[in-house]
Amino acid sequence: MAGTSSLNRFYLILLVLAVGGGGLLYWQVRRGVPSIPANVTVTAADTAGFQGYFLGNADAPVVITEYADYQCPGCQTFDMVQFPDIVRQLIETGQVRWRYRDFPLNMHPFARLAAHSAACADDQDRYWPLHALIYQGQANWSVESEPSGTFRGYAEKVGIDLKAYDACMMSAKYAGRIQASYDEGVRVGVNGTPTFLIGDRLYGGLSNSDALKRLVDSLTAVTVPTP
Amino acid sequence: MKYRMGIALLSLAGMLISAYLWMFKHGYIGSLACGTGGCATVQLSPYSQFLGVDVAVLGFLAYAALLGVAMLGLQPAWQERREPTRAVFLISGGGVLFAAYLTWLELFVIHAICRWCVASAVIIVLVFALALLDHRRVAPRAALT
Repeated sequence: MAGTSSLNRFYLILLVLAVGGGGLLYWQVRRGVPSIPANVTVTAADTAGFQGYFLGNADAPVVITEYADYQCPGCQTFDMVQFPDIVRQLIETGQVRWRYRDFPLNMHPFARLAAHSAACADDQDRYWPLHALIYQGQANWSVESEPSGTFRGYAEKVGIDLKAYDACMMSAKYAGRIQASYDEGVRVGVNGTPTFLIGDRLYGGLSNSDALKRLVDSLTAVTVPTP
Repeated sequence: MKYRMGIALLSLAGMLISAYLWMFKHGYIGSLACGTGGCATVQLSPYSQFLGVDVAVLGFLAYAALLGVAMLGLQPAWQERREPTRAVFLISGGGVLFAAYLTWLELFVIHAICRWCVASAVIIVLVFALALLDHRRVAPRAALT
């Protein structure tokens, strides 16, 4: 028979383990920092009905796919300097439909977190406003130790329901979608960012929106039959 | 009795690990404390479910059952009875086989190792070993009664 004192000591140890372990779990939940895992297994649900983030007329004769990384300085420059002109000259005029695909490089620790933040904004139809803010703030958040709070601030700025946003971020539910996007880029031959897929050709960079416009004009002349 | 005490303590640790992994999978915890990053790969893979139920939930329930049985076996009326030992032996034996299957999946299918899953596998093996030792303790006395 076990002595009463040894049983009491055992119960005390069990209680300490239960309270300590439970406390640690509670602290983890309260801390609640989102983290987006890389190299997750992509399931069919991750890609079902989702081909990327689109901007522009669905009937536009040319589709340009951009593979980019939110933490890549070249992508930021493109998004802030050239993209507004492209929107004005090509997308709003119905010549081009823009398709954005995440291509988070391993060297950028917050690229997936940023991509996931934008994906959660897409849940509330606020993808492009948050997309722009994340690029605009790149110099600030990329030097932070943990930028999820900054992204949350951007989300608030563009009018996102933060309760739904927080739940989305904590679930990491778009980790597979981001991975699928990356995998697609690898499949088509992307090896740096930004890279653009126009027709069946990859372009490592676009010198300016006028050059792109000339390229689109030439493609339009070829691909759109004259009535 | 020390074996049953050990089983109870290990089972509680197993419950805490299972709860931790389940909370990560369902987004209650942002990241897992896992040096290699393999934990997230394993937990977010399709193999984190078995017959439609989260493996972490199955683990939690199994450890809870082991804890309950071990606590029962510590009560004065049950301390010398063999039934708790047999129950722990059966549950932990199934757990060892299941842990071996999960470890095989990690090594050869998912190609990622989750340290918390390894910790859980070690715990269930230790519980099984303690059940064997407890069986040796109880069996001779039970044979005399």
